[in-house]
Amino acid sequence: MSESDAPIRVVLAKLGLDGHDRGLKIVARILRDAGMEVIYLGLRQTTDSIVAAAEQEDADAVGLSMHNAGHMTLAPAMVGALRAAKLTCPVIVGGIVPDDDVEALLDAGVAAVLGPGASASEVAQVVRDAVAAAEASDDATVGGSKVET
Amino acid sequence: MPVLEDQATTTGDDMTQHHDEQARQAYRRAYQAAEKAGRLRDVPFETMSGVPVESVYGEPPYPGQYPYTRGVYPTMYRSRLWTMRMFAGFGTAEDTNTRFKEILRNGGTGLSTAFDMPTLMGRDSDSQWALGEVGRAGVAVDTLADMEDLFADIDLSGVSTSMTINGPAAIVLAMYIAVAEKGGVARADLAGTIQNDIFKEYQAQKEYIYPPRPSVRIVTDMIRYTSAEMPRWHPISISGYHIREAGSTAAQELAFTLANGFAYVEAAIAAGIDVDEFAGRLSFFFNSHSDFFEEIGKFRAARRIWARWMKERYGAADERSMLCRFHTQTAGVSLTAQQPENNIARVAIQALAGALGGTQSLHTDSYDEALALPTEKAARIALRTQQIVAHETGVANVADPLGGAPFVEWMTDEMERQAEAVFAHLDELGNGSILEGVYAGIENGYFVGEIADAAYRFEREVNEGRRMIVGVNAFTDGNEEGGADILRIGNEVEDLQRKRLAGVKHQRDSEVVARALAAVTEAASSSDTNLMPPILDAVKTYATLEEVVMAMEKVFGTYVEKAII
Amino acid sequence: MARVHKPVDEHYSEAAAGSRLALGRLLTLVERGGPEADQLSELAHQDTGRAHVVGITGAPGAGKSTLTGQLVHRYVDAGRRPAVLAVDPSSPLTGGAILGDRIRMYDVSEVETGQGAPAPDDMSADRRPFIRSMATRGHSGGLALAVPLAVRLFDAVGYDPVIIETVGVGQVEVDVVGAADTAVVVATPGMGDAVQANKAGLLEVADIFVVNKADRPGANDVRRDLELMLDLSHMTGLDTMERGDADYRPPIVMSSALDGTGAENVIAAIDDHLVYLGQSDRLRRRREHRVRTEVRARLKQALDRRVDDLLATDEGRAMVAKAEQADLSPTEVATALLDILFE
Repeated sequence: MSESDAPIRVVLAKLGLDGHDRGLKIVARILRDAGMEVIYLGLRQTTDSIVAAAEQEDADAVGLSMHNAGHMTLAPAMVGALRAAKLTCPVIVGGIVPDDDVEALLDAGVAAVLGPGASASEVAQVVRDAVAAAEASDDATVGGSKVET
Repeated sequence: MPVLEDQATTTGDDMTQHHDEQARQAYRRAYQAAEKAGRLRDVPFETMSGVPVESVYGEPPYPGQYPYTRGVYPTMYRSRLWTMRMFAGFGTAEDTNTRFKEILRNGGTGLSTAFDMPTLMGRDSDSQWALGEVGRAGVAVDTLADMEDLFADIDLSGVSTSMTINGPAAIVLAMYIAVAEKGGVARADLAGTIQNDIFKEYQAQKEYIYPPRPSVRIVTDMIRYTSAEMPRWHPISISGYHIREAGSTAAQELAFTLANGFAYVEAAIAAGIDVDEFAGRLSFFFNSHSDFFEEIGKFRAARRIWARWMKERYGAADERSMLCRFHTQTAGVSLTAQQPENNIARVAIQALAGALGGTQSLHTDSYDEALALPTEKAARIALRTQQIVAHETGVANVADPLGGAPFVEWMTDEMERQAEAVFAHLDELGNGSILEGVYAGIENGYFVGEIADAAYRFEREVNEGRRMIVGVNAFTDGNEEGGADILRIGNEVEDLQRKRLAGVKHQRDSEVVARALAAVTEAASSSDTNLMPPILDAVKTYATLEEVVMAMEKVFGTYVEKAII
Repeated sequence: MARVHKPVDEHYSEAAAGSRLALGRLLTLVERGGPEADQLSELAHQDTGRAHVVGITGAPGAGKSTLTGQLVHRYVDAGRRPAVLAVDPSSPLTGGAILGDRIRMYDVSEVETGQGAPAPDDMSADRRPFIRSMATRGHSGGLALAVPLAVRLFDAVGYDPVIIETVGVGQVEVDVVGAADTAVVVATPGMGDAVQANKAGLLEVADIFVVNKADRPGANDVRRDLELMLDLSHMTGLDTMERGDADYRPPIVMSSALDGTGAENVIAAIDDHLVYLGQSDRLRRRREHRVRTEVRARLKQALDRRVDDLLATDEGRAMVAKAEQADLSPTEVATALLDILFE
């Protein structure tokens, strides 16, 4: 089976106490309808629980939905926790993030930020692009000696 | 101004005409009594051009008459405008206290408290879970000390306090009582509302702690306690707002909210409390979204359904038990991040629907809420918006001004029909009990699934361009303009609050705290014991919110929801 | 997958030494099939046979995930190291899936703060459960290959028991659960489950029935229905012979997954069943059955591929065209192609 046949696997979660899961559920359906496999963790996850899931599920990406002001604390903590566990999968943040914070989040290692009002096709494309970029960067770190599967 | 005198008589047989005439006379008497008692506002009830208008038009039953479709009071806004209640609170308890005193100095009597996310979830500010969230979306309350600061130098016998909290509501109410009693105010003299609507947490807002059944036991304990000891306190505000925000349709919001209301009534009756002892102190909280007539139909249907069910199914005899009195907030979910100033227009239309729907109080959202917490300017514009509706448009002069319009009456009937279908489903699910039906619907994912389906349907319609949202998928010129100013709250509040909590923990007598907490656990494990007294004792020892939560969690366990997407 | 840079055997050694990261990646290869999965199959084969393989199935909403979660907790408390393979259907339209079972099974914080967490340098002391979600990914029979290999992999790197949880709907899923050492079928009141189980063929594979939500009205009716159907199926014998236990009658355990009552009884029943299998040579026969099932599935898939390949050749297309133009019947064409295939 070729590499492109396998569905992208995405862990979706809300980090912290915030209970607004409408957006996360809509994104779950959008990604499923785009042919991806969504490992849905839902509410009240910690960086530890998300790392554990990403590791066991061999996730290609982690999607976080944030509707509180905690994104500047929580999103970089998530990136840090994944990298500490040697997981290279990209972190994508969706929800209410002021424009001024987007740049700071990208600097902190977040792969992409999806604002409210992103269309279904944008959401799916951003995930695909982030996964592709992360894989390309993994390849670069081993000098392009990519294993063909 | 004469009322209902020169209107054409209705068609129909003699019997109907006789009844209608009786209703007219009853209405007239009620209105005139209010007038005589000086309960009407001192403003001219006429149009901008000076044309006098009557207090109501059209057919009976009139406002204040069963089933109250047209309004809960005969005079409606002629006596009193809706309460312009603006929900606020952030930072430390002291910051919010300053704001409260400002409101009181300006003649306000209602204090509305927003708590931060850790408090809403029953977590202390020093919990791992609280990281980055302390004091951000509301005030942080860890111990009685914070509550003392929050209400310092305020005479609690002279204000009405609304507290928006659910999972740990019993503990926060206990803290409020403790503060009052320390200040020499008896709990019987306290007036206010605590949201305490746990069903909608499992269905939509997701701020639950324990599984549904023990949570409802806490609610019924609170109903019993306030019924006996706090006659001016509203123990639940049954809230559809969050159900709608989670993506439900208008009819689902209506149906699920009222079903929750019926479920609480059944739970309280099952706990041996007489329906007329508590039903009059139940209140509701609805969303006002952008589809103008659908919203108005929803509000009207809510009053009619509640009155009928309370009278016919639950045997309420007191008229107050049949009144669906509600607070309204404009739809936060309708606000767009694109061209945020457009939200001012959305909020104005939604506020107007609330007024035409006969709301008792109204919160108007700030236009920048899709971006962050509201700035002071945005919050002021929001308040001004409803002041314009109240004082400039003339809608407050006539009760239920749209009543009798064929489309409005049809929409009201349609909302009722859809809601009744949901009640029938829940009744079946619960084998003749709405309470059991609601439990079953929570457990099998019915509510969550229905809401998620509706939310996804809407989202797809927007995505496919079949539903236009200005600035989002249509008329996007101007989206690139710089964003609005936004409010930011720093990490200082978090640090400060943690230090304060550490200080309180250091000073208290830990043995006394442990004993009080053990008493809470013991009460939790005995279903005959009311939880309020031991919780009150515990908060007085400066046990923290989370400690009391955990004392009950030992018995009640926690709730993890099924993934229903 | 680009990030799988290391050879399979290196990943395998790491996984065997306790790396959850490596195990996660190997499972991705298992799901994908192909030469790397074949290589892994050979590697893992030498180390298998230690784990008790438990299949759990039942209709959606029967409470399988919650029950599985309770079993996992108790196994961890008892000092064992369970793995779970949670299988859910992919969307037939888009191939995507939403896999949401793991959230009700185990909260990582429990073990991070508790005794299950390993010392950083001692991976063998790691008793955290490993939970992997797997989507069915269409009807190509991939599941029938991926599940047994994933189970052998878990077994080989030291997990025991290995629990397979599926919605018992498709034949492949029933086969997969039926190939476990112990197959548990979960039923619940008010869903006509006994009848459903019968239709889906679950009755034949069940070693244990669990009536979940036993606190609900109707639980005893479910029990009665199951007893009745067992009486009937017992008389007809069915295909239980092949799995080595024609005279076995599955126990029915009443359980309420919500508050944890009954989970102990389910575990006891699972343990009892293992003891039962251990008597005479039942376990050996059961595992031989599992191997036969897997061999058959692999053979079917290999044949499928060869059929697809043949149909894509000029010769194959030409033959099919004859049927399309009604020169020959489909049966004649298929027979002719079969001859070519086995030439």
